[in-house]
Amino acid sequence: MDAKRIRIQNGITYGMVIAFWAVIQIMDKTGNLSSLLKGLLVPLCMYAILAVSLNLTVGILGELSLGHAGFMCLGAFSGAFFTNCMETAMPSVGLRFFLALILGAAVAGVFGLLIGIPVLRLKGDYLAIVTLAFGEIIKNLINVMYIGRDASGFHFSNKDALSMGMDETGVVIVKGAQGITGTPRAATFTIGILLLLLTLFIVLNLMHSRTGRAIMSIRDNRIAAESIGINITKYKLMAFSVSAALAGMAGVLYAHSLSTLQATSNNFGYNKSILILVFVVLGGLGNMRGSIIAAVVLTALPEMLRGLNDYRMLIYAVVLIIMTIFNSSPKAIEMRSVVMDKIRHRKTAGKEAA
Amino acid sequence: MMSFLSYFISGVSLGSVYAIIALGYTMVYGIARMLNFAHGDIIMIGGFAIFTAVTTMGLPPLAGILIGVVVCTVLGVTIERVAYRPLREASSLAVLITAIGISYLLQNVALLIFGSNSHQFTSVVNLPNLVLADGRLNISSTTIVTILSCIVIMIALTTFINRTRTGQAMLAVSEDRGAASLMGIDVNKTIAVTFAIGSALAAIAGALLCSAYPSLTPYTGSMPGIKAFTAAVFGGIGSIPGALLGGIILGVIENLSKAYISSQLSDAIVFAVLIVVLLVRPTGILGRQINEKV
Amino acid sequence: MATSEVKNTPMLEVKNLSISFGGLKAVDSFNVVIEKGQLYGLIGPNGAGKTTVFNLLTGVYKPNTGTILLDGENITGRKTIEINQDGIARTFQNIRLFKELSVLDNVKTALHNHHRYSTLEGILRLPKFYKVEKEMDARALELLKVFDLDQQWNYKASNLPYGKQRKLEIARALATDPKLLLLDEPAAGMNPNETAELMETIRFVRDEFDMTILLIEHDMKLVSGICEKLTVLNFGQVLTQGDTSDVLNDKRVITAYLGE
Repeated sequence: MDAKRIRIQNGITYGMVIAFWAVIQIMDKTGNLSSLLKGLLVPLCMYAILAVSLNLTVGILGELSLGHAGFMCLGAFSGAFFTNCMETAMPSVGLRFFLALILGAAVAGVFGLLIGIPVLRLKGDYLAIVTLAFGEIIKNLINVMYIGRDASGFHFSNKDALSMGMDETGVVIVKGAQGITGTPRAATFTIGILLLLLTLFIVLNLMHSRTGRAIMSIRDNRIAAESIGINITKYKLMAFSVSAALAGMAGVLYAHSLSTLQATSNNFGYNKSILILVFVVLGGLGNMRGSIIAAVVLTALPEMLRGLNDYRMLIYAVVLIIMTIFNSSPKAIEMRSVVMDKIRHRKTAGKEAA
Repeated sequence: MMSFLSYFISGVSLGSVYAIIALGYTMVYGIARMLNFAHGDIIMIGGFAIFTAVTTMGLPPLAGILIGVVVCTVLGVTIERVAYRPLREASSLAVLITAIGISYLLQNVALLIFGSNSHQFTSVVNLPNLVLADGRLNISSTTIVTILSCIVIMIALTTFINRTRTGQAMLAVSEDRGAASLMGIDVNKTIAVTFAIGSALAAIAGALLCSAYPSLTPYTGSMPGIKAFTAAVFGGIGSIPGALLGGIILGVIENLSKAYISSQLSDAIVFAVLIVVLLVRPTGILGRQINEKV
Repeated sequence: MATSEVKNTPMLEVKNLSISFGGLKAVDSFNVVIEKGQLYGLIGPNGAGKTTVFNLLTGVYKPNTGTILLDGENITGRKTIEINQDGIARTFQNIRLFKELSVLDNVKTALHNHHRYSTLEGILRLPKFYKVEKEMDARALELLKVFDLDQQWNYKASNLPYGKQRKLEIARALATDPKLLLLDEPAAGMNPNETAELMETIRFVRDEFDMTILLIEHDMKLVSGICEKLTVLNFGQVLTQGDTSDVLNDKRVITAYLGE
């Protein structure tokens, strides 16, 4: 019924991403791509994936999560760990990266499920603070984790490399706060775009399906959803863990764009989760295209403002405040939706008459 | 045993700071239903105001604290007026994002004025330490002053809320904003007063926090802010005794786990305890259970 | 169909149903028998416990004592979603639509358990997705047509006028294909014209869908106009029950409504 309109809308979103890719390719070929922008390309894809996946939790499921960076962190470390471990067994970097993406997503998804079971009973701000807490715990635990491997197998420690007691063949893979080093930098812009398209495909199709309606009905009215036989827990967990898995995948992409991966507050702290939330809210709840645009603009903006040096983050903050106030004035929202419905109604009425 | 006691007491002191900050969160949440993410950064601004007054300008510590309180109060009320009030009827998420914007703004203003290097804060408490048990237990004067301040603030605030008209108005607004305004209570004014009190307390918390941990940077406020918010949720957000209880428990857990388990994992332990508490009591230790009416 | 058999098993049989909240008996030894195809009214002054009865029947609250038999099957103590699948659907006194979803999607969401495909089939857009979605669209539109909402299928639910929102809630409840429909003050906030129209619709639903309907209502015109039997609740207890005209002429009922 609505299928045609949805297909057009989704088509625009996919088209926008592909067009962005094409423009960058042309700029690259013609030598118009600054090294600054070049360095930003993979992070742009990563942030777009993170924003779209978080929008599934916040916009579609309607639950506030401040722990998205934690899932990204899990994906990044499990993916990088896999790529480093399999160096001898699987010489092909591409294959290792591919499998790492799947593994990272799976690990983050499973953790999303495990964390979701207890915490999704909480509501609103309580859920927000608990997800924030989980994100911080994940980051802190990875920071004290040492994993090494020698002839006899894997060794773990939460103190230092020495206390793992490995023999002379031992190699330390995860070095506590120093993280994982030597991951091949296999992530490219094209891979990033493909992963973003995959994320969009999953999230958009999920949204506009039986499952998506069930998830959104929980968001709009939990009690009514229950009264028509929707299994609240099942769909909450499904949305939350798919969102976590996609964040994990973004983490693997990130891990393969750096030679050193560390679980610092800058990389995976709650501030990162908040940054992603800002993309989601400014892009519009439930609006995936908006999430991508917000992620790209707001990631590129501070970099583009580099000329203004010390003032750039200040400007960023002011822009953020003004945009939110402008965007969220309740009256403006109401007017917009009424006007939209009128237009749509006129269209249908016109068709019926003709 | 003595070392345990000493860790415990400094934990109570740290917890007292958290409790004072948590009061700001809990009051604003209770009355304006918003998560004021910028509250931690008000502490930092308070710290810098006092630092400038005492260290740069050479004023006495008490005058410095007074200046800090004034600066933070004005700042808090201004932020509420300019950034939060236009969004009073908007979604809580939009308000949260604005608060995050304010947080970035305050951090970057401080960064522009004071730079990113850490500044050595001179303690506002210059009294001799308390030495007990033949010198085996040495309690710093800052610790004692912090705990005492927390007690005084708690008593004063409880009295204010229960005994004054403004306090009663605050209770009424937190109970039901619509009904309160129908009863002739000026909701905007009441919320502004709440922000003023919360921000003044943040300045005091800033003085105490920086006296105990003297390195001051534009990011000094954010982690204690988050932890104090955790404490507020832990105790039951909206509840003043809850903020005290949550703050103290959190401070003690943090200090003891730093001392006996791992300093790197102390934050993780604090957060893990929060999660366990919320899973058992979804609205915190002293929070009210709210059931949705069908 | 043998008429005698229909008479034998009532659609709903509630025995001795009670619940208390903090010592206060909100519903006390509630009994009712509703035959198949009946239009049954539950009336009583405000605070008499009518909505609480609905919440007990739909598993929102668990009763302290008593049994609920739906079409002969004991459903006491089951969860809300199980009870819906057993065949009870309801509307709410304070309208609870999926506000951000379209009118059509509100109804399609309620078709969830009757028209199925897996999440994976949905994401991968396999042929089954298109087939089932098409069925759902057709079924949903059919239901919307009953309530004269089909023209506005693409409106956001919250943008419908009040009276239509109430109708949409009934359409949504019907979409779960219930045996028993509970309507909680369906005419609340409607003007006399809308109420008259609603009465027609309710009667139509009963005849067309072979539905058994239990409704809570304050509008006596509607109650006397369409309900065949009534139960009057007062202070959580059944004051009287029976044929509509008898009940409405009962002195005790008038006293309960007007006070002593």
